[in-house]
Amino acid sequence: MTAASSSVSGGASKTTARRFSASRLLRTLLPAISLALVLLAIANFNPRAISYFGFTLMLNLAIPVALATIAQLMVITVNDLDLSIGAFVGFTGCVTATWLPNQPLLGCAILIGSIAVYAGLGALIHLRRLPSIVVTLGMSFVWLGLAILIRPTPGGTAPVWLHGFVSQRLPWVPFPVVAAIVIAGVVHFGLMRTTYGTTLRGVGGNANAIERAGWSLLRAKMTAYAFAGVFGVLAGLSLVGVSTSADANMANGYTLLSIAGAILGGAEFVGGRVSPIGAVIGALTLQLAAVALNFFHIAALPNLRIPQEWQVGAQGIILILILAARALINRGER
Amino acid sequence: MSGRSMSYFRWLSGRPWLWSFLGALAVWLLAIVVSHGQGAGGMLSAALAFSVFTVLVGIGQMFVITLGPGNIDLSLPANIGLSGAVAMTVMGEADDRILLGLAMAVIVGLAVGGFNYLLIRLLRIPPIIATLAASFILVSAGISYGRGLQITPPPAFAQFTVMRIGGIPVLALATLVLTLLCAVLLHRTIYGRSVLATGQNMRAARLAGVKVERVRLLTYLLCGAFGGLCGALLAGFTGGSSLDMGAEYLLSSIAVVVIGGTAVAGGAANLPGIWGASLFLFMVVTLLNTAGFGPGFRDVMTGLIIIAVITIAGGQRRLR
Amino acid sequence: MMQQPASLIELNGVTKRFGAVQALRGVDLVIPAGEALGLVGHNGAGKSTLMHILTGAVAPSEGHLSVTGLDLGSRYSIAAAQRLGIRCVFQELSLCPNLTIAENARIMHPSIRGPGWRRRAGRLIRAELDAIFPGHGMSTETLVADLSISRRQMVEIARAFSVSDAAPKLVILDEPTSSLDAATSEQLLAFTRRFVATGGSVILISHILGEILHTCDRIVVMRDGRVVAEDMATAFDRTRLVETMGGARALDDEEPPATRTHARGQTPLMVRARPKAQHGGIELQAHEGEIVGLAGFSGHGQTDLLMEVLEAGAHASARVSAMAGVALVAGDRQVDGVFPLWSIAENITIRSLARLRRSLLLSPASEAEMARDWQQRIGIRTPNLDNPILSLSGGNQQKALFARALGSDARILVMDDPMRGVDIGTKLDVYDLIRSEAASGRTFLWYTTELEELRNCDHVYVFRHGRIVAEIERADLTEQQLIHASFQEAA
Repeated sequence: MTAASSSVSGGASKTTARRFSASRLLRTLLPAISLALVLLAIANFNPRAISYFGFTLMLNLAIPVALATIAQLMVITVNDLDLSIGAFVGFTGCVTATWLPNQPLLGCAILIGSIAVYAGLGALIHLRRLPSIVVTLGMSFVWLGLAILIRPTPGGTAPVWLHGFVSQRLPWVPFPVVAAIVIAGVVHFGLMRTTYGTTLRGVGGNANAIERAGWSLLRAKMTAYAFAGVFGVLAGLSLVGVSTSADANMANGYTLLSIAGAILGGAEFVGGRVSPIGAVIGALTLQLAAVALNFFHIAALPNLRIPQEWQVGAQGIILILILAARALINRGER
Repeated sequence: MSGRSMSYFRWLSGRPWLWSFLGALAVWLLAIVVSHGQGAGGMLSAALAFSVFTVLVGIGQMFVITLGPGNIDLSLPANIGLSGAVAMTVMGEADDRILLGLAMAVIVGLAVGGFNYLLIRLLRIPPIIATLAASFILVSAGISYGRGLQITPPPAFAQFTVMRIGGIPVLALATLVLTLLCAVLLHRTIYGRSVLATGQNMRAARLAGVKVERVRLLTYLLCGAFGGLCGALLAGFTGGSSLDMGAEYLLSSIAVVVIGGTAVAGGAANLPGIWGASLFLFMVVTLLNTAGFGPGFRDVMTGLIIIAVITIAGGQRRLR
Repeated sequence: MMQQPASLIELNGVTKRFGAVQALRGVDLVIPAGEALGLVGHNGAGKSTLMHILTGAVAPSEGHLSVTGLDLGSRYSIAAAQRLGIRCVFQELSLCPNLTIAENARIMHPSIRGPGWRRRAGRLIRAELDAIFPGHGMSTETLVADLSISRRQMVEIARAFSVSDAAPKLVILDEPTSSLDAATSEQLLAFTRRFVATGGSVILISHILGEILHTCDRIVVMRDGRVVAEDMATAFDRTRLVETMGGARALDDEEPPATRTHARGQTPLMVRARPKAQHGGIELQAHEGEIVGLAGFSGHGQTDLLMEVLEAGAHASARVSAMAGVALVAGDRQVDGVFPLWSIAENITIRSLARLRRSLLLSPASEAEMARDWQQRIGIRTPNLDNPILSLSGGNQQKALFARALGSDARILVMDDPMRGVDIGTKLDVYDLIRSEAASGRTFLWYTTELEELRNCDHVYVFRHGRIVAEIERADLTEQQLIHASFQEAA
């Protein structure tokens, strides 16, 4: 198993400590099991992919998706949904590629400003009791439009330090794997182990109770959204770092992928039940699934290949299969 | 404010759908000013022509959203792409196969709707994820099916989609009739009443004898069918289907539902508002185009308008 | 020299209006430290509103509230109340189901932070749980979602009493034993006495009069937003409490409703039901024209069985069967009954749409006629049936829900405590209607938490812990019998 999934077994033993339940355990391990299956499939189809170089290639583009998935997870924690994360990542990517190399101060200012905008959105949604789906839908237009204004045509460059950072060669373990573990670990600690992270999750579980205990719901929402903005910025940075150029539409698919990844990882839309480790694993699984399908072949049937166009469809099928498995586990529990 | 204008104001605020029409009117007038009076009629005609497609998906999405919190159909764009391809292929540029092609497109749409509901009901997947996953599959299916071949619509069909009577597109008139039928469906049938009940309080609806699951199934089927129809007509209108021609209609379908005054938390639907909002959105884009703004600025304005509308309207019950 | 106990809470002329509704009409109350105060009254008497004001959740329209001598006026808030040591356990649970017990404890004690916070919070809540409910057997790392309702209530109570930087001075317990079993309730009440002995104060709100009489030092009775009686607990007994609460007297003077014209079992059987937890023993039966009552403490399986009967109207099962269509009159109208965006008429007709059709489409004329018809029969007070249903008072909304069920073609009606919190005038109107409908052949299953209402029933089944433990004929029905039966175990 990879290092990423072994960090989940650490989480699993805590589950055992709480209340041992076969189905609960199975549900928690489901993302890791899916990841393992996908890796096995890749190893089967193309053993050379299971190598330092192979993992680097396969997972490079998964890191930006994982970061976007975490951003989505922050919003899901407070019972909302962000339909603009894809456009936002495109926007931050364009800002990065256009200004960070030569006008870093301006670029940073804009990026920090956009995080403030995210926090402001959280405030607006809370104060006016607006549906987040609609507000973020509108914002997706705004981010996309701004991105187009900044970068009407694809181009730009990645700052040297950024590109250097994301393409560094670490000994033994490929950088993307380390990055995934660090991201999962940091967010897990922040959301599940700290006091305020627990309060945020409480907002998702019973906002009334949290308010009655004296906490400010407004501050909680703004915090959650601000963090979503932070991870959105990181996603844009890493995406540009890897692809060394930017395009307003480059991350449009991230919105739906981030939702899929979070749900795959065990998050639920309502109730504040989130799993940062699961979300990262979910994002990686979806990405690697596409790769696995690319490599698909059966020795006995050399002409049987999964067509390129079904990579996207396969992600949908995998999503369905995993959720079906979860539904079965739930039903078995009842 | 004088007494008379206060009561006008109150009458107006009780009818949210009117705002969207007024908005469309206002923007149209502004566009005329900007274009120095050129092509006012043409603008209106174009608005009606292009709005048809937004209205079709808007109506479908409206029914789904009215079912209650969490219900949404994200598979519409993929549905449109696939149905368009199916319609064109079946019609095969032959005038006598037009109806068959249309029927097949609607059937594909129904199948999509049914598949969505299956995922939602059997696998207990939330509609957002279910329709999302379905859309992934449909995109791939569409690519497989179409193989990138550009099939043009039969000449009579293409002509029909752009035909006008006295400047008004026939398609718009037909869609208007369809809208009226949907209004009857919503307000004067048991089905429509059940949708509204389910959206307000699903548990109470079930306890009051409403067949909630059957209503949900029918609604997702309806939305799928409208998506299929839209795909076929769009392919005819644009001279041939392309798989991502539905891309912009996802966000538009939700936007016209919201701007048109339908409750996003479910239980209250507004059909005239769908027309008003579609026209309004088109007018905004036209205005910005006429004033010389590029796509970037257009998108920003569209987004800000959506946010402004929902912020002013405020939220009643928490959706998400 | 006599020492006056320090006055912890002082309420002066506290009034609260919610729009047109007057919830509190000038309440004066003094609560010293070290006292267990019992607060009783019917639904709608104003107890909850008063508690909301005490905890800072709601501001009074008029009047003053001072805590430990401080009157914060408009600056009084939930946070301020908590800082002053006022805690509350409401009926709606305020735990986050997705967090563990320890994490939930920390939510209430923001001062617990830094490394090891979880352990400290866990220790805190465990200490309290051990003190109040020895032998509870819970682990603080359990997710609240995995706890039963009664255990969640235990955690809530422990959390309210828990001490981190400051001990609570006043703890308000609102129907705390409603989800606890007898042994745990005993533990709680015993702890309350110990808490009060150390100088804390408790306000105990309960409809279980025995608890109040047993545990409290002083009792306050509220009715219609006012304090109508206030005395030492020893000066009260059940009868005086019930009489002071009001309503019972009025019904006592009523003529008992006319008895059934024929003996039980002579009309066809309409409903048979056996609760899930029960094997053998008494089975619920209802015959045509009967009004069958379901009694016992609330939450002991009555509603579940009613819902199963409702289901059985469509799909019969081995355990529960209904020989005709079943309609429900919901008690929790916001959750189970009312369609908030609709008009009164639409709320009434929803169950009868199939009959109101002319060919394929609904006929507005028939709908309006049905709504008008029922407005007259049941007496819904409104100038226009097309007004939104939320424009009606609670009692009238309940009448609309009755009209919905009675206006349908269902021959069997199940009623889930529908008169809770409804004014006496509405109740009497509806009782008459129920009796006349029963006389013309409809069957009623009536779950009610008010003893007096059971007098309308021909036959009563008493529930306890999800089983039917007794059945009482109307002739034998007395309050004593009912209370006695409510404490019985299944045969």
